[in-house]
Amino acid sequence: MSSAIAIRRTMLRHKSLLAGTSIITAFIFISIYAVVGIPYSEAVRMWNTLDYWEDNPKLAFPSWLNAFLSKKLPETVILSSTDGGVKVRQLLPFGGGVYIRVEISFNYEYDDFPSEVVLRLYASNLRTALVSLTWIKPDGGEFIVYEETISSEYRYYSISADRRFQTQYIKYVTEKLGESPSYDISPEIALFANEGRSILSPDTKEVLKGRYRAVLIFRSSNSEADVDVKLSIYGKVFGLVGTDHKRRDLWLAVIWGTPIALAFGVIASVVTVFLEMIVAALSAWYGGLVDHLIQRINDVMLVLPFLPILLMISYFYRLTIWTLLIVVVVLSIFGSGIKVYRAMFLQIKEMPYIEAARAYGASNSRIVFRYMIPKVLPTSIPNIVLSVPSYVFLEAVLALLGVGDPAAITWGKVLEEAFTGGAVYRGYYHWILAPSLCLVVMALGFALIGFTLDKIFNPKLREV
Amino acid sequence: MHIRKSSVVRIARYVSIRAGMVAVAVVVAVYLTIIVANIGGYVDEIIVSEIRFNVYESIRINPAYKGYSPEEVKKIAEERIESEIKRLGLDQHFMIRSFNYLYDALTLNLGRAMRIFSSSGSNRVWDIIGERLPTTVLLFTTANVLIFLCELFIGLYLSRVYGSRVDKLAVSLAPLSSMPGWFYGIFLILIFASWLGALPYGGLVDAPPPKEPLSYALSVLKHMVLPLLSWAIAYIPIGVYRMRTFFLMFSMEDYVDYARARGVPSRIIERRYILRPVLPPIITDFVLVLISSWMGAIVTESVFNWPGVGTLMVGAIAINDAPVVIGVVTIFAYLLGISVIVLDIIYAVVDPRIRVGE
Repeated sequence: MSSAIAIRRTMLRHKSLLAGTSIITAFIFISIYAVVGIPYSEAVRMWNTLDYWEDNPKLAFPSWLNAFLSKKLPETVILSSTDGGVKVRQLLPFGGGVYIRVEISFNYEYDDFPSEVVLRLYASNLRTALVSLTWIKPDGGEFIVYEETISSEYRYYSISADRRFQTQYIKYVTEKLGESPSYDISPEIALFANEGRSILSPDTKEVLKGRYRAVLIFRSSNSEADVDVKLSIYGKVFGLVGTDHKRRDLWLAVIWGTPIALAFGVIASVVTVFLEMIVAALSAWYGGLVDHLIQRINDVMLVLPFLPILLMISYFYRLTIWTLLIVVVVLSIFGSGIKVYRAMFLQIKEMPYIEAARAYGASNSRIVFRYMIPKVLPTSIPNIVLSVPSYVFLEAVLALLGVGDPAAITWGKVLEEAFTGGAVYRGYYHWILAPSLCLVVMALGFALIGFTLDKIFNPKLREV
Repeated sequence: MHIRKSSVVRIARYVSIRAGMVAVAVVVAVYLTIIVANIGGYVDEIIVSEIRFNVYESIRINPAYKGYSPEEVKKIAEERIESEIKRLGLDQHFMIRSFNYLYDALTLNLGRAMRIFSSSGSNRVWDIIGERLPTTVLLFTTANVLIFLCELFIGLYLSRVYGSRVDKLAVSLAPLSSMPGWFYGIFLILIFASWLGALPYGGLVDAPPPKEPLSYALSVLKHMVLPLLSWAIAYIPIGVYRMRTFFLMFSMEDYVDYARARGVPSRIIERRYILRPVLPPIITDFVLVLISSWMGAIVTESVFNWPGVGTLMVGAIAINDAPVVIGVVTIFAYLLGISVIVLDIIYAVVDPRIRVGE
């Protein structure tokens, strides 16, 4: 009980320790939420299955952005023949096949155009069928967007990528207004713009708000044929942190990146520091040949460049994140850390209590593990905490250089995809900021704790 | 300084032992790199299969061999493959060759790259590294000298005003260093290049490079601003914190207190009693950091697209170009080893404990 009070008092005295601990606790809760909510294998499968995300917009900004914008960015609207649509199925006389009319209507009240419009058809029992899509704007203007004979069960039709429709529409606008537009009207603008003179310039184009109708006509010679329709009007905002170029919700990467980052950083840091201490203690205690050997290995590792060696190993062996952890630990044990601990142990070795232990016949291993290492442990705790972020960033570095675990969902992986996806140049800031802010907050959390512990454990510099 | 003969002998013995140890470390490090870079000989198998493919392919497309039967073609191909393997020395076991490689590397006979070419078209490893080294040295020497001077002087200043508001502020900035330089680089690129458009995204000079030397230099300088800034933000706070702590610890030593009690002016205390014992390890650290930095900061260079040794290394590793990797590691193993020995000699001469043989 008294120790709990003491911890509370220390926390209150050192605000930064309180702040750091709260941050890390929050991350631990997120980790638990991730691990309990979505099992890892399930999360990995979801993350790498593109179909799972087909209803999300590509590269959407976070939804809360709208709270700060005067012109509201559109959300995604998903409509289908079973949800929000009316489907009428008629058999043609004399076995002439089937005629299906699906009318989907919806209100569009956003200030900006959607990012993408896609039509998906799920047909059954068709040999071939003729389909057409008619678009009816709130002001009554209508045009046929798409007409085609289909023969497969599933048809993905991206109106946004339809160059033919685009040129036709530009021709239509030019004829209607007697002037050609000064830019390439994209299909989304074509579908949702007010067709007044404002459409002619990219600066004045505006959304026509109101009730839209999309009518799909489906005709097949096979009277058994049927069709379902999904019309996706992808918006420009999504969820808490937005989406990436594969429509994936970055939120999943944020929450599942947390336990991986925590586990990787903490395990690497704790194991490395402990092994460093053990090796340094052995080196100091036994001296002679053992000491000499350890010193020479140290020299070698100081000359050997850490990152290139790690990169080569990861390239050749395609490490998973946990084998990577082992390699990282093995490569980081020897180095300057051992020198520092060895110097400490050399001092400790001469202390009276060690001499006393020797005198009553304590074994070597007992002296090393029970008397020497515990003595140094408190001073090493700040180091352990402080070096956690560096291992988290190391994982990010490997992901960024393209040798990360291809299956794992890590913040570094998202960062790498954002970089190769050109997020910096094309202004998809959320894509970079989501993983990097996670890294920033986690690094700061550990740093705040570490520096305060350093102050507490380093009696020479206790604040006066 | 007067040095007695016995101390010369002592220094010489001390230095030669240290030099021997460092030399062993360099040799082992280079050999390990050779093993790792060749994946313990696996790279050979890749090369042999490439040779097979190339030989069969060249025979297949060569009309002169059209009339030959498959058996004859096979015989010709195998002969050629064998002579090619012999020419490259691949008929020997990898373990034997690894020692040849080691010998070549240690005699700085770095050979030719397998796939990488310098922009002048040479595939000699020396040419390739020589082309990349100046840019890396330029950027990272500037960065490290800047950081070193800042942390030294700010740290010294803070140790003087220990406990003041400035000191507390500087200490509270230390957590900034929990993030690496390249990471700040990303944010700086987002702010200054992507958002404000004030500075370039990366690279060495504008494209096309300015003709005039002055404007060329200015253009390079402009490209150096963001990488330098990112390193400054990342590494100065922790450096200042460390220096301050270091100076404080030494200023709490008894002999400093004694000097204070004797009324020695604080300037002199700082210079003679604090800086003098503290500087050798600080300078060693700085020199080693500086030299390792010439090897290029792989991630910073990649983020800023800086054409230095770091990006060369990543490229070489990604396409299995072992000679380049081994070349870079060897050159720097030598540089690091030599600087360690030189520093040892200097300290041996300067440090009275070694001079009198304690």
